[in-house]
Amino acid sequence: MASTLSYDIAHLIGATVLMAGFALLYQRRLFAVLNTFSFQALALAAAAAWQAHIQDAPHLYFTAAIALVFKAMIVPFALHWLVERLGIHRTVETALSIGWTMIIGVALVALSILLVLPVTAKAAALTRESLALAMSVVLLGMLMMITRRNAVTQVVGFMALENGLILAAVSAKGMPLVVEISVAFSVLVAMTLFGIFFFRIRERFDSLDLNYIETFRGDRQ
Amino acid sequence: MTQLPPMLTPILWQMVQIMLALATAPLVTGYVRWLKARLNGRRGPSPLQPYRDLYRLTQKEAVVAHSASWVFHAAPYVVFASAWLAACLIPTFTTNIFLAPAADMIALVALLALGRFWLALAGMDVGTAFGGIGASREMLIASLAEPAMLMVTFSLSLVSGTTQPAQIAAYVLGGHIGLEVSVGLALAAMVMVAIAENGRIPIDNPATHLELTMVHEAMVLEYSGRHLAMIEAASMVKLTLYMALIACLFAPWGMAQPGAGPEGVLIGMAAFLLKLGTLSTALALFETAIAKMRVFRYADFLGGALLLGLLATIFLYVSEAV
Amino acid sequence: MLIAVALLALPLLSVLAIAAGRRDAVHGLVYAGAFLCSVALIAAGLEHLGGRLGGAPTLVLPFGLPWLHAHFRVDNLSALFLLIINVPAAAASAFAVGYSAHLPERRRVTPFYPLFLFGMNSVLVADDAFVFLVAWEFMSLASWLMVMADHRKAENRRAGLVYLTMAVFGTFCLLPAFGLLAGGDGDYTFASMRLHSLGPVAGSLVVLLALLGAGSKAGLVPLHAWLPLAHPAAPSHVSALMSGVMTKVALYGLIRILMDLHGHVGWQWGAAMMVVGGVSAVMGILYALMQDDLKTLLAYSTVENVGIVVIGLGLAIAFKDDGEKNLAALALVAGLYHAANHAVIKSLLFLGAGSVLTATGTRSLNGLGGLLKRMPWTGATFLVGAAAISALPPLNGFVSEWLILQSLFKGPVVPHWAMKFGVPVVGALLALAAALAATCFVRAFGIAFLGRPRTEAAAEAIDTTFGMRWSLAVLAALCVVLGAIPVTVTDALSAVVQPLIGTSFAVSSDLGWPFLSPVSNTRGSYSGTVLVMIGLALFGIAIALVHRIGNARVRAADAWDCGTPGDDPATQYTGQSFAQPLRRSIAATVFQARETVTMPQPGEDAPARHKLTMTDPIWNGLYLRIARLVDLVAEQVNRMQYLTVRHYLLMMFCTLVFLLLVVAVRQRQ
Repeated sequence: MASTLSYDIAHLIGATVLMAGFALLYQRRLFAVLNTFSFQALALAAAAAWQAHIQDAPHLYFTAAIALVFKAMIVPFALHWLVERLGIHRTVETALSIGWTMIIGVALVALSILLVLPVTAKAAALTRESLALAMSVVLLGMLMMITRRNAVTQVVGFMALENGLILAAVSAKGMPLVVEISVAFSVLVAMTLFGIFFFRIRERFDSLDLNYIETFRGDRQ
Repeated sequence: MTQLPPMLTPILWQMVQIMLALATAPLVTGYVRWLKARLNGRRGPSPLQPYRDLYRLTQKEAVVAHSASWVFHAAPYVVFASAWLAACLIPTFTTNIFLAPAADMIALVALLALGRFWLALAGMDVGTAFGGIGASREMLIASLAEPAMLMVTFSLSLVSGTTQPAQIAAYVLGGHIGLEVSVGLALAAMVMVAIAENGRIPIDNPATHLELTMVHEAMVLEYSGRHLAMIEAASMVKLTLYMALIACLFAPWGMAQPGAGPEGVLIGMAAFLLKLGTLSTALALFETAIAKMRVFRYADFLGGALLLGLLATIFLYVSEAV
Repeated sequence: MLIAVALLALPLLSVLAIAAGRRDAVHGLVYAGAFLCSVALIAAGLEHLGGRLGGAPTLVLPFGLPWLHAHFRVDNLSALFLLIINVPAAAASAFAVGYSAHLPERRRVTPFYPLFLFGMNSVLVADDAFVFLVAWEFMSLASWLMVMADHRKAENRRAGLVYLTMAVFGTFCLLPAFGLLAGGDGDYTFASMRLHSLGPVAGSLVVLLALLGAGSKAGLVPLHAWLPLAHPAAPSHVSALMSGVMTKVALYGLIRILMDLHGHVGWQWGAAMMVVGGVSAVMGILYALMQDDLKTLLAYSTVENVGIVVIGLGLAIAFKDDGEKNLAALALVAGLYHAANHAVIKSLLFLGAGSVLTATGTRSLNGLGGLLKRMPWTGATFLVGAAAISALPPLNGFVSEWLILQSLFKGPVVPHWAMKFGVPVVGALLALAAALAATCFVRAFGIAFLGRPRTEAAAEAIDTTFGMRWSLAVLAALCVVLGAIPVTVTDALSAVVQPLIGTSFAVSSDLGWPFLSPVSNTRGSYSGTVLVMIGLALFGIAIALVHRIGNARVRAADAWDCGTPGDDPATQYTGQSFAQPLRRSIAATVFQARETVTMPQPGEDAPARHKLTMTDPIWNGLYLRIARLVDLVAEQVNRMQYLTVRHYLLMMFCTLVFLLLVVAVRQRQ
């Protein structure tokens, strides 16, 4: 059984992932969002590596490596290239002001904590903090998808949500590598699809702002 | 060294701390300036330059505008006295100081608010637009930084069961706190508040006098001579005070407890100077690495600090520390 | 005995004012008489708290309802509130002796002022529901008449209408509350209400009605809308009492009903009160920051402080329901201390605003400036008031704030998750309100008293007369004293809460007299006296040191003008400029604050225009909606005016048949 200090360090790394999730909501520039996302993926890799160490589960090191290579390096780089290539707006357009978004974020964290509180069995009690952190990251990722207008920031929100799911998976015991590989490949496929879609949409409509695009559906004047 | 009767040792250490707080403050500011200059590729003024600056200012006459009132004359001394008094209340090298029970964290926050209140009034006293800019921006920062600091106090009081800095330090030294997420969040919030309150980058640039970047400098624009010396000294003491507070609450190792002999006190002093040095270096590196943010983003930044403080409190429930 | 004499003297003064109102001297005489009555009541309150009378003397008078005579009783809570009410009343009366000469409609104000005092004091000593409500109405109507004194201005008439509506609404809520408390047998004395136990539904209903009724009088959001209209409309000495003192009477009513007569309020209501208090605090001070009128600003600040007292009350209720009696006593003491402090501070500020109004003729911040040099007494006392209300040590505002924060920090002891998650949020709201209050009063004092005069009236202001100065000075001295001896005051207050909570607590533990440490001496302690002494010592050392090292030369010169000469005081910051950073960050969402600037084209000589629009979310969202609903319903009901004879006959027939049906059905059972 891992000691309390190991769990404390795991929680601290998880908290760093959560703080990066908040920082994602705080940014106003697109490149800053991408940098923050790669920082979050870095923290996720550290969390996976640490869990591999204390759970004595070497396959988690692969998870950490995948998170590091794919999510911290390749995905942000690819998105960065996309943004430059398509000449997308560099500022983040928000549907709700940043202050209110952060307040809702804190409420979501409180909700996650409230949900895990009934778990009081000894062993599970140490991991419930990781679970609360992971759920918060997922909810914050969803919040980011809802409150941002650029398609690129929505993709980043989706990725942040995935980060949360992976954090939950590594905190619990016994996640097989197969799952991780399939998740990673689905991420890659999703990225490619998104990229293709962006090119097509931009070609057709000359813009990637959802507000503007929705006017074609007749929903808004 | 002979043993002093137990009643007198707190008074002795208090006197030492009163003088230590005042004596080290200009050195800290000077060191930060010197290190920033070196990181920018310049030689920079000597770290002892602030002492010379303060002396030079006291030798000059004070030029006061016609429209100033007695508030303008009194404010520098009130600001300095409140900052100095606050610095006396925070344990630096020992927790056994006489004034420790006279004020806790809440009173400390309010004491700093007192200094800020008078400084803002002094800024408005002469009736120029600059003073108004400085005062209104300073009060915006204060409105959000003060609640953040109170939330940090709240979470620390939930963890350690007390709001006194000396008792919190004793609790941490007693080994009762592990690596808590809440304490980490509280530390992050505290650092953000400290940066805002001391007017460092990214909130305010202490080195410029441009209207776009002024908060503190705009309020004190009209001051000169010994008045300006008092205000500069007050802001130096405030910086040292915040560093001492962060060291006391989050890293009190090395501090002498009541009952420690003279060796314990010497270790405490060495530890304190080491911590000041580390925090000053960190501050200089941080200020060199990032740019100042626009004024309308202050609310986001400090609102973030407030929410971090709130999160720190809420997280305690999940880690069963409460 | 003293109380009875003083209370009877007040209506007589009122009669005198009506009868001989034409003579100028009578007005001063009436106010002097009111002053003496207030002093007598203060003496009575002190005597009771000092314990010489002992117990709770009661008195039954044979007027009122035939089966319920009028009951009066003075216990510790009443005695405390007698002090809270009458100290500002005495100061305001002394102030009014000189001030009433400047009032435009003096003869409409003086007769009702003693009646107002009479009503407020009678509420405090009432021991049955009838006397309580009659005195409550006396209080409302007398103040309404004074609000309507300057009735020629449309805004005052509107203020009177809103005030009357809210006052009637308040009493409308309190009546059934007392009815439920009395139960079915109709004995409306407080003594029998204490013994009568309530079922859960009736109990909750009483709490809700009490909050609505007394809360609207006290000024809790969203029932506060009348405060910022009515308080500025009344003359300044009356506003001081309405804002500082009448709201405390309402809080007395709340405490009396919830903690004494009801006695078993659940923790959920305590939590709800905390949230309402927190929201009132923040909303009140945000509104205050957007105001340019000095008195409206002060009225909104009252909303904030009432919110803070209610936070203390809610905490006390939650702790008491959970069995934490010491903490409940602490929270209630904190709330009462804040109520007392606010009464003194707000009266001081309103009387100061009255001086400013007399001297310059305007209440708007944009017409003032530089008054500190022209009106040193008013300025200095207003500064003390502003510092006290911003909760700065070592004044009294800080002590009560400290006590409330200490009890709030103990909040998570209550084992319900709503409290555990709610207390940090309420703590954040309280801290935010306190910090914003400091901003608000830096703005108010800085724009009005510092800087350069913005109008000619401000440039030629002269300070108030002797009598007015002294009432300001006494109130300011009281602010300092209440902050310097917190332990003595807290000791006295804990004796007051003892019968309500069931325990009193040791206030200074092991550390001795100058240190206030209510929970334990390692938990948190504060000593105003020690801080003042050391602070003054450091202040003196600083001055001496600097003058020794340097010099004491001062040269007067022009202010720094950045090379652009021009002495126009209009280049200074205005009230709206000062609030702009906060308006942009917070008020943009809360008040929909939008600013537009239209600049003229180059070559045009039209002025640039700055337009600022803000909406009042509570007025638009709640009051206007209700007003529209009432209009809608009234229109529908109005149709009944124009029916034909046949329709009226049909209505009568249906009613008859329905009643017969009811009788038939009941006969079966």
